[in-house]
Amino acid sequence: MKILTANRLTDGEAVWFANDGTWAETLRNADVASDKEAEARLQALGDAAYANNEVVDVNLIDIDLVCGEIVPSRLRERIRAAGPTNRTDLGKQALPVDQAA
Amino acid sequence: MYRYDEFDHDFVKARVAEFSDQVDRRLAGEITEDQFKPLRLMNGVYLQLHAYMLRVAVPYGTLNSRQLRMLGHIARKYDKGYGHFTTRQNIQYNWPALSDIPAILEDLASVEMHAIQTSGNCIRNVTADHFAGAAADEVADPRPYAEILRQWSSVHPEFSYLPRKFKIAVTGAERDRAAIQTHDIGLHLKKNDKGELGFAVYVGGGQGRTPMIGKKINDFLPEKDLLSYCTAILRVYNLHGRRDNKYKARIKILVHETGAEEFARQVETEFAALKDGELKLPDEDIRAIERYFAPPALTPRPEGDEAVRLARLDSRGFSEWLDQNVITHRHADYAGVTISLKGIGEAPGDASDSQMEAIADLAEKYAFDEIRVSHEQNLILPHVARADLKAVYDGLVEIELATANSNLITDIIACPGLDYCALANARSIIVAQNISKRFASLERQRDIGELKLKISGCINACGHHHVGHIGILGVEKKGAELYQVTLGGSGDENTSVGEIVGRGFGPDEITDAIETVVETYLRIRSDRSETFLDAYRRVGQAPFKEALYAGEAKAA
Ligand code: HEM
Ligand code: SF4
Repeated sequence: MKILTANRLTDGEAVWFANDGTWAETLRNADVASDKEAEARLQALGDAAYANNEVVDVNLIDIDLVCGEIVPSRLRERIRAAGPTNRTDLGKQALPVDQAA
Repeated sequence: MYRYDEFDHDFVKARVAEFSDQVDRRLAGEITEDQFKPLRLMNGVYLQLHAYMLRVAVPYGTLNSRQLRMLGHIARKYDKGYGHFTTRQNIQYNWPALSDIPAILEDLASVEMHAIQTSGNCIRNVTADHFAGAAADEVADPRPYAEILRQWSSVHPEFSYLPRKFKIAVTGAERDRAAIQTHDIGLHLKKNDKGELGFAVYVGGGQGRTPMIGKKINDFLPEKDLLSYCTAILRVYNLHGRRDNKYKARIKILVHETGAEEFARQVETEFAALKDGELKLPDEDIRAIERYFAPPALTPRPEGDEAVRLARLDSRGFSEWLDQNVITHRHADYAGVTISLKGIGEAPGDASDSQMEAIADLAEKYAFDEIRVSHEQNLILPHVARADLKAVYDGLVEIELATANSNLITDIIACPGLDYCALANARSIIVAQNISKRFASLERQRDIGELKLKISGCINACGHHHVGHIGILGVEKKGAELYQVTLGGSGDENTSVGEIVGRGFGPDEITDAIETVVETYLRIRSDRSETFLDAYRRVGQAPFKEALYAGEAKAA
């Protein structure tokens, strides 16, 4: 399974392509592709957003569903989704819970 | 210190305006990322994992209070309240918005700073001994030459698109505190038997995936020939350096493949044609730049000895800090101070906005307005009257920067690693923090003695692991972090590249492994005066291997 991620052009914020068609600041509601077709659809959306100067560094990344929650397979992407592990006061992990939802 | 002249001001101002316009056009969608990326890199803007990163140049690591205060201001206003001082004597901000970068660059320009040539295949920030102008063992201040090189290399038309990045370091002392032999060009300023100034020139050192020690190709280059000789080196490199393979493009590969002798011969040929041309430095020009670096007027402060003696009796903390973080100054009433950015359990090299401001205040009050960034990721007050050391110490205690660990095992260099860096394979900071906590006891650290531990989160080696007495390299294996340990590296006048000791260790094992290495050293050292590095050079890997892996061999 894969989701689509990028960094927002204006401020570099890590973002994920969400179910509702927006680039969300957390990956909780990311649009999950479970087959090649869905992946291609996401990739096309990513390419369009890149061409449209909304985001940069667009990537499809591998994830697992753990108890229904999206967990990136690679540590790199888990750190991107949370923030620096030595500074839990920064990054997404520091967002108030309701905002992180 | 060096002050911008009109040309410098106009140049930086023009560059800020140019890049601001490029940012505006990028944000408006008028230029694509492919077009913009090389432009932003030329201005020190990278994209990391969580955000953009801005790398600000600190030429030869020298700052005044106003500049450091501005760095603190930028951290507070545009970033998340801190900055990261790096092994290249620069500072990196980890969270700036692209849309704020023009404002940041304008703020920097107001204090004669910029981010130009902190990235890209050009001549980067020239680094220098952080005790330049203060150290007792120095022949002359190397920074005027670093400044001459900076002026010559800034937007140098011939050398802006080299095969790869190019780093120059200068030291003016026998004891090399600038790691010159790990640079593309390393310059050792010295005097010949006639008392004239010149340089021993090393070329082709480097770290990264292929660590190499620089080869000496000239034992004494007269100072007037500095630019013509460096130009000759760069011409040979620019012509023959490999552009077909990024990993073989550094000058170290060229020197290695050509052979140092043949390379030196080619340089001599170029040099012969350049030597008496316009690049020859007139004596008055060198002396004029030198005047910018004239030492502050160090008035006699003989009361220092007594003040220090009394303060020592009064405070054990001060006494320990004095022993560890204060070095001999060329003026007997003064000292050089290392402000450790390596508090126990802290991220190496990070300083908060208010810490930067407080250090700026201390420098203004007690240190002739001068601060240095060391390649070991600490800050330095190069000139402090011994009579004021206690006041400086008290000020540092207040901002929690009085850790007495300079050159000890917790004075760790660590790159940003996987907590920030897009190229990383593994985390570095957390490894440094865990080791720092394990060896928190100062008594134990001092018993271990001088030990340089350096950590990189990937083979690019930004954390200098190759030249750590103990080096740690993070790699990714089957999706997990793994840490390789190297032993016996050194980045001083006797530079050596560390050797991998054996299979790597997981994140939960690495602290124990380091402790095993250290305990082994304590067991085998001939006496307390034999440092880790000396002991390693005497006995080699065997006892360390045995201690780390013997159990395994038996189990297998
Ligand atoms: C986070 C963004 C960074 C990126 C993308 C980056 C990239 C790189 C790359 C690609 C190399 C290898 C160059 C080569 O072997 O040709 C390198 C080397 C190096 N970098 Fe970084 N680096 C980063 C951060 C840092 C930091 C934070 C420091 C200082 C702590 C630093 C200092 C160095 C040094 C000293 C070297 C090795 C010396 C050499 O050039 O041979 N870099 N870096
Ligand atoms: S060594 Fe690797 S992980 Fe560390 S800062 Fe350099 S590029 Fe990033």
